[in-house]
Amino acid sequence: MKIHEYQAKAILAQHGVPVPRGEVAYTAEEAEAAAKKIGGSVVVKAQIHAGGRGKGGGVKVAKDATEAVELAKKILGMQLVTHQTGPEGRLVQRLLIEETLPIERELYLGIVLDRTLGKNVFMASSEGGMEIEQVAAETPERILKEGIEPGIGLIPFQARKLAFGIGVPAASVNAAAAAMTALVKAYDSIDASLAEINPFILTKDGKVYALDAKINLDDNALYRHKDLLELRDLNEEDPLEVEASRFGINYIKLDGNIACMVNGAGLAMSTMDIIKYAGGSPANFLDVGGGASAEQVKNAFRILLSDANVKAVLINIFGGILRCDTLATGVVNAARDLNIKVPIVVRMEGTNVEKGQEILTNSGFNFTVANGMKDAAEKVVRLAQ
Amino acid sequence: MSVLVDKNTRLLVQGFTGREASFHAQAAIDYGTHVVGGVTPGKGGQTHLDLPVFNTVAQCVQETSANASVIFVPPPYAADAIMEAVDAGLALVVCITEGIPTADMIRVWAYMKGKPTRLIGPNCPGVISPGKCKIGIMPGHIHREGNVGVVSRSGTLTYEAVGQLTKLGIGQSTCIGIGGDPIIGTSFTDAIRLFNEDADTHAIVMIGEIGGNAEETAAAYIKEHVRKPVVGFIAGQTAPPGRRMGHAGAIISGGSGKAEDKIRAMKEAGITVCESPAEMGEKVQSRLQ
Repeated sequence: MKIHEYQAKAILAQHGVPVPRGEVAYTAEEAEAAAKKIGGSVVVKAQIHAGGRGKGGGVKVAKDATEAVELAKKILGMQLVTHQTGPEGRLVQRLLIEETLPIERELYLGIVLDRTLGKNVFMASSEGGMEIEQVAAETPERILKEGIEPGIGLIPFQARKLAFGIGVPAASVNAAAAAMTALVKAYDSIDASLAEINPFILTKDGKVYALDAKINLDDNALYRHKDLLELRDLNEEDPLEVEASRFGINYIKLDGNIACMVNGAGLAMSTMDIIKYAGGSPANFLDVGGGASAEQVKNAFRILLSDANVKAVLINIFGGILRCDTLATGVVNAARDLNIKVPIVVRMEGTNVEKGQEILTNSGFNFTVANGMKDAAEKVVRLAQ
Repeated sequence: MSVLVDKNTRLLVQGFTGREASFHAQAAIDYGTHVVGGVTPGKGGQTHLDLPVFNTVAQCVQETSANASVIFVPPPYAADAIMEAVDAGLALVVCITEGIPTADMIRVWAYMKGKPTRLIGPNCPGVISPGKCKIGIMPGHIHREGNVGVVSRSGTLTYEAVGQLTKLGIGQSTCIGIGGDPIIGTSFTDAIRLFNEDADTHAIVMIGEIGGNAEETAAAYIKEHVRKPVVGFIAGQTAPPGRRMGHAGAIISGGSGKAEDKIRAMKEAGITVCESPAEMGEKVQSRLQ
C-alpha cells in the first residue's frame, strides 16, 4: 500500500526523524490557515502517489499566506502529470503546506529489501534530489550500503559510517546518524516495504531534515496495523482495482482491448504475454485465485467488462483438480446474468474437459473453445479485430 | 532418481486439521506419498485421516520419524511454523502459505542460518517427484515420471509447462515450485544445482518472472557449471513497471526485475528462452533430441 508524503512524514516524526513543520490542506482556506500558522514563506506541495511532482508543476514556493492561497487554488484540482502518472495525470485533492528551509546540501537515504541477502539494506548517497535509479546507473560508487541485521537494526557505527561516507560535516554527523537509525525504527515498526528520504537535507545551520518522504507498506502485514489502514487513499487507486480487491481478485488495468481471466499470477502474466505475442494487446491482468468458483467468475466478468475498451475476453484456467464442467456452467451462467455480448474464448484444463467444452458450445452464447494457450491467444486476437 | 523428495520421504503436515491441509494431505496420500502424521497445537492425541495428530512438530518427529514437513498454516502463524519445523531438525520444509509478511521471512531467514533444513517456498505449489512423492497443492495426474527437472516461481504456470511436457510424452524427474515471494528458502540457483547433480535429470526447465534478479544469478551459475540443456521462460514481458503482478515478488522496481534483462542474461548463458509460454514443451523436446 502506498501512502502520501504528509502521512509518511508524520510517521517519521513519531519515530524521531526531523521533518519540516507542515500541515495537510484539502482546501484553499485550509492552506491559508496552515500558511499563517507556519508563518513566512511556505512550500505548497501536491499530494499524489507519484514521484516527479516538482517537475510537473505540483510543488511551488509562496512568499506568504496570500500567495499560498493563490497557489493552492491553482494546484488543487489540477491533473498533475509526472513521469509516473501516465499521460492522463492524477487529480490533486490534498496539499502539504510546509515551512521553507535554508538548504545547504541534498542527500539521499533509503531502505530496500535485498532478496539475495534475505534482509533489508540501508542506502545513503551524496546525490540527493535525483532519482536513485539514475544514480545507480550512472555513478553507482556514490551509493553506500549497510545491511540491517534482523533484531538489531542499524547500529550507530553503521549510521556514522554512512554519514561520513556521503560527506556530512563532522558537526552534523550525530544528527544525521540519529535520523538514519530512527528511519530504520520507523520502517520496522510499520512493516514498510520501501522507504525513501529524497532529499535528506543539511541546512545552512547544520541541521538535518527529511524534506521529502516516500513509504510503501507491506500489504501482507497490514492485518497487524489496523491504524495504518486508515491511511489508504482510494482516490489514488483505480476504482475497478479497488472493486476487484473487495472480492479477493487481483486485477490491474492495462490499455489494450483483450480482457483476460486467469487462475494464478504467473499464468495470468503469461496469458498477457501470449496475447501480445499473437499480435493483440491485453486489457488487464486478472488472477481469479485458485478455486475459480462460479461466483468468482461472475465477479471477475463484471470487473473486466467495466472497461469500455474490451473487445473480446480470454478465459485461461489451468485447474488440474478443478472440474471443467463446473467451471463451464459458472461461465455460462455469468454470461447469461450479465448479458455479455463480446466474444469469449475459453481455454480450460482439468478434469472433465470434454464435458465442459460441450456445455460452452451448446449454451447459445458467443463462446469459442480453444485447445492450449497458443490456439486461445490466436483465436481471441482474431475476434478482437 | 529425483531430487528432494522420493519414496523415502516421510511427510508430516503442519496445520493438519484445517480444511485445505486435509484436502491436500488426502490427495498426497492417494498419490502414494508416505504421510506419517500431522501437527495442530491443542489437538494432539486425536486421529485425522487415520493418522496421528501431535501438539508439536518435535513430538511428531519423535513418534513418526518424519523427515519432511508441509505447512498449511495461515500467514500470521506461518513463520512460527517454519521455525518450529527447522528446530525439529527436518531435512525439508515446504511452505505453501501465501501472504506471509516480509519482516517475518527476514526473521526466518536469520533463524535458519547455519541450520541444515532446506525450505521450499513460501507461497509455492510445492514439490513433486512424479510417481514417487507429491508434497503440495499441484494436481498429481498431469505429471509423468521421467528425466526433466522443472523449477518455477509460479503455480499454475508450472502446471502449464508440465502439462505440455506430459502431452509430448516427456516425463519429469522432480518439479519444484520455489514460490512467488521476495524472500524464499530455495532459489533458482539452489534448485538448478540439485538438478545438475542428479544423474537422472537430463534437461532443466526454468520458469521465472519479473521482479528481483534471481534469474540472472541462476543464469550466471548455469553458464559456469551446467552442461545439461536448459529451457527457460520469463512471465511478465508485458507487465507495467511499479505494479505488483499478483505475486508479492513480481514487481519491476527501481529499474530492476525487468523481463528483458532476465531474458538477455539467460540467452547469454546458453539457455533456450521461449518467446511464448505455449512452446515450453516443444523447446524441451527439441533440446533433448
